[in-house]
Amino acid sequence: MEFKNPEQELKRFHRRLTGAGVFALLAFALLFARFFWLQVIQHDYYQTRAEDNSISLVPIQPNRGLILDRNGVVMAHNYSAYTLEITPSKVANLDKTIDALSKIVDIQPKDRKRFKKLMEESRSFESLPIRTRLSDDEVARFVARRYRFPGVDVKARLFRQYPLGESASHLLGYIGRITDSDIARIASKDEEDNYRGTEEFGKSGLEQKYEFQLHGQTGFEQVEVDSSGRAVRVLSRTPPVAGDNLTLTIDAKLQQVAEQAFGDQNGALVAIDPSTGGILALVSMPNFDPNQFVDGIDTQNWDALNNSPDRPMLDRALNGIYPPGSTFKPYLALAALQDGKRTPQQTIVDPGYFSFGGHIFHDDKPGGHGIVDLHKALVVSCDTYFYMLANDLGIERIAKFVRKFGFGQRTGVDIEGESEGVLPSPEWKKKHFKNPEQQRWYAGETISIGIGQGYNAYTPIQLAQAVATLANNGVMYRPHLVKFVTDTKTGVATPIEPEPERTIPLKQADIDFVKQAMVGVDSDKDGTGAGAFAGAGYTSGGKTGTAQVYSLKGAKYVEGKTKEDLRDHGLFIVFAPADHPKIALAVVVEHGGFGAQSAAPIARKVLDYYLLGKLPPAPAAIAPADQTSAGAGQ
Amino acid sequence: MIRNLWQRLIAPLDPPLMIVAALLLVYGLVVVASASPERVGAQLLNMLVALVVMRLVAQVPPQKLMHYALPVFAGGILLLVAVALFGDVSKGARRWLNLGFMRIQPSEIMKIAMPMMLAWYFQKYETALRLREYLVAALILLLPVVLIAKQPDLGTAILVLAAGCYVIFFAGLSWKVIITLCTAAVAAAPVAWSMMRDYQKSRILTLLNPQSDPLGKGFHIIQSTIAIGSGGIFGKGWGQGTQAQLEFIPERHTDFIFAVLSEELGLIGISLLMLLYALLVGRGLMIAAKAPTLFTRLLAGSITLIFFTYAFVNMGMVSGILPVVGLPLPFISYGGTALVTLFVGIGILMSIHKHRMLVQK
Repeated sequence: MEFKNPEQELKRFHRRLTGAGVFALLAFALLFARFFWLQVIQHDYYQTRAEDNSISLVPIQPNRGLILDRNGVVMAHNYSAYTLEITPSKVANLDKTIDALSKIVDIQPKDRKRFKKLMEESRSFESLPIRTRLSDDEVARFVARRYRFPGVDVKARLFRQYPLGESASHLLGYIGRITDSDIARIASKDEEDNYRGTEEFGKSGLEQKYEFQLHGQTGFEQVEVDSSGRAVRVLSRTPPVAGDNLTLTIDAKLQQVAEQAFGDQNGALVAIDPSTGGILALVSMPNFDPNQFVDGIDTQNWDALNNSPDRPMLDRALNGIYPPGSTFKPYLALAALQDGKRTPQQTIVDPGYFSFGGHIFHDDKPGGHGIVDLHKALVVSCDTYFYMLANDLGIERIAKFVRKFGFGQRTGVDIEGESEGVLPSPEWKKKHFKNPEQQRWYAGETISIGIGQGYNAYTPIQLAQAVATLANNGVMYRPHLVKFVTDTKTGVATPIEPEPERTIPLKQADIDFVKQAMVGVDSDKDGTGAGAFAGAGYTSGGKTGTAQVYSLKGAKYVEGKTKEDLRDHGLFIVFAPADHPKIALAVVVEHGGFGAQSAAPIARKVLDYYLLGKLPPAPAAIAPADQTSAGAGQ
Repeated sequence: MIRNLWQRLIAPLDPPLMIVAALLLVYGLVVVASASPERVGAQLLNMLVALVVMRLVAQVPPQKLMHYALPVFAGGILLLVAVALFGDVSKGARRWLNLGFMRIQPSEIMKIAMPMMLAWYFQKYETALRLREYLVAALILLLPVVLIAKQPDLGTAILVLAAGCYVIFFAGLSWKVIITLCTAAVAAAPVAWSMMRDYQKSRILTLLNPQSDPLGKGFHIIQSTIAIGSGGIFGKGWGQGTQAQLEFIPERHTDFIFAVLSEELGLIGISLLMLLYALLVGRGLMIAAKAPTLFTRLLAGSITLIFFTYAFVNMGMVSGILPVVGLPLPFISYGGTALVTLFVGIGILMSIHKHRMLVQK
């Protein structure tokens, strides 16, 4: 090392230079190998990943099908509006973001509450609306400041709207955000793909029952997106197909007339076209505004609806069960005639009570109705006559006969969750009770059945179906709400054919007799419905009913001394016109007192409108109603 | 007359080097035009400045360069200290010095000043190169490297360190020492690890497993790898890269421009680029081989290998085999500072080549 040889030094330098050159080449070769690996061998994989990055399938929500009444009146439709949406998973500080947003667009405390509720219910990674129905001005203000709000965006969405407001709320139902149970339903129908991008689902009523027809086919847009997920251009588009439109058997105007006829009373009304089973009006009062649910109901309104003692969310027409009271009598009369247990000519002398096994069953009228035949028994609603009749028929025969009219069975109406009701019989008692003492059927119990009391409990739609069947001379149709379904793409309307469920084998003379007696109810001078139908201008066959409200444990009902919520339910069934019935209906007015005074007038208003086009003089005032006048039947 | 002027203008230039460098510039402009069309004008201006600087440097004879070595290096050190004391902070690093009328990045100067200084030092002690001289050289090397690494600017520190090591290597440090040092370096890695900043550690961790944090630190590497891989042999076509044009590639006109090039021009485009780099390095090594003095040999060799290192580190990091250290792709990436430095190096190479005979006389 001491002695430096320039010659050697230079040689070594050249060696090292060559070494460096070789090293550089090797390094480049290594890089080249890497690029070859990525670009040739792994090319397909990275090609796919690049496409996954930049191409995304964006679902396009189809227009939900419309719901129209029988005359084409729109009952449910859609409109497009801008919403301000937040994807919570992309926002670091939610409260701060909402505070900042509230300086740009109007965000009310109720919006925050609703957003919170949505967040609790939502799937992760969803974007949720903080404000719906933005004005153009608000949209512009936000868009200009969008860069400040990652995870917040304005979206155009379709909103469901129910233009009739509270009217027909129970039968239309409502839609709400998809929940886990809805997802399970979608999965069971194998519709997951079609529901990509759908955020609402029918929750009740027709919206629920016909969800998969109303929904339509989701369209897709293949878009190129940039790294922030914003769409840059559209590559291809499969347009959505709007859902099927439903045309109902419902007459929206009739529905409204019926609803208004209730005033502020609670109850239900079901009107059916006897010749098809098509439901003309399906009323449950009080009702609610389904529009509240569309953009997510806030907690306050939700609690108000659910905690109200009036239970507006309960569909009384399908889920309320009521003793039929005297509206049960025409069927018992028919049963007795069929079985030969009674003839129209037979009479009894009514002392005002029926005594059986040491127990006195009272008639409504103290002192009784005197000499009573079957016609009169129905017209004046003579309890004594039917106590005896029931006793003579026996529970087995009664149950077997009225079952044919649909009592105690689901009607199969096209809304989910219908109640079954209770058709009492010895078998039913055996099934229903555990205590052997209670499982026994007592002959005295049959006697109460004769006037539609006791364990009897039916839904208003069952009562309506039964009277419609009677009106239709024993030919029973399944009650239904949808008249036809229209494919919006082809325009083809598929009618829902009336389904004759069964023809009850009855003698026409017996039917005519009972119908005639019911006409007497509404027209004879002592008929219980005559007051309500005075000067009607058409003949109708009705039957009033008053159902005692008492518990099965046997607490005694004492007329006049009871509070509002223990007062009798008023009922009325009717068909009209009597010779060629076009409409048959059942009304229940909860705690309305006598059916003749509470329920029959409502039926009158409905029939007047349906048959004569006559509107009630002045629609019930919307002002806070006078509680005492409502139940003024007493 | 004009021809005469032109002759004088190009006289100091080395045609092969000039042609390769010019091709690289054109190539770079094409890629920048796709990655960031609005910057083409500015980049043209950067190129013009760089070429003027190159021409000026090319006419400076190596002896003069030797004279400048110590003052430039000392000045560079002072500026680095000034940066550490008064530098502007941007993106968490203190790299810039505000001179009032312009901002400069003194670490950039070191890329050239370091090999010049060491080459000058070895030239000075040419006749008696012992271990002591190498130790001093190591100190000269480590001082600026540490200052730069502390800024922190890992990419530049690595380049400056590499530049110095190349000089020491070409000066003839025995293999025994080199191997010993390398072994020691490997052994010291854990110590170095403990001294690294968190972001530097995370870059290395990300390199080892980019998928561990696909939306965070690994995002850059994953996206650039996808860009390269999806480019295939022929590329997606200029301006057609979805990764590039849809902004999936970060820093696509600067440090990650190679991903844009790979995606749009494919393996063919990469091969062309690597060929140009290889020609550049080859020509540089040839110039070094013919260089007349130790100073010029060491300087030319080191500068040439810096070109290679620059390219290798950038391509390596973008394709996911080296950590992301923040170095541009030489001659291609948008940006004036790096370009000027590169052309100072080219100018020096040209000067060394043109003056090889003069010195010997």
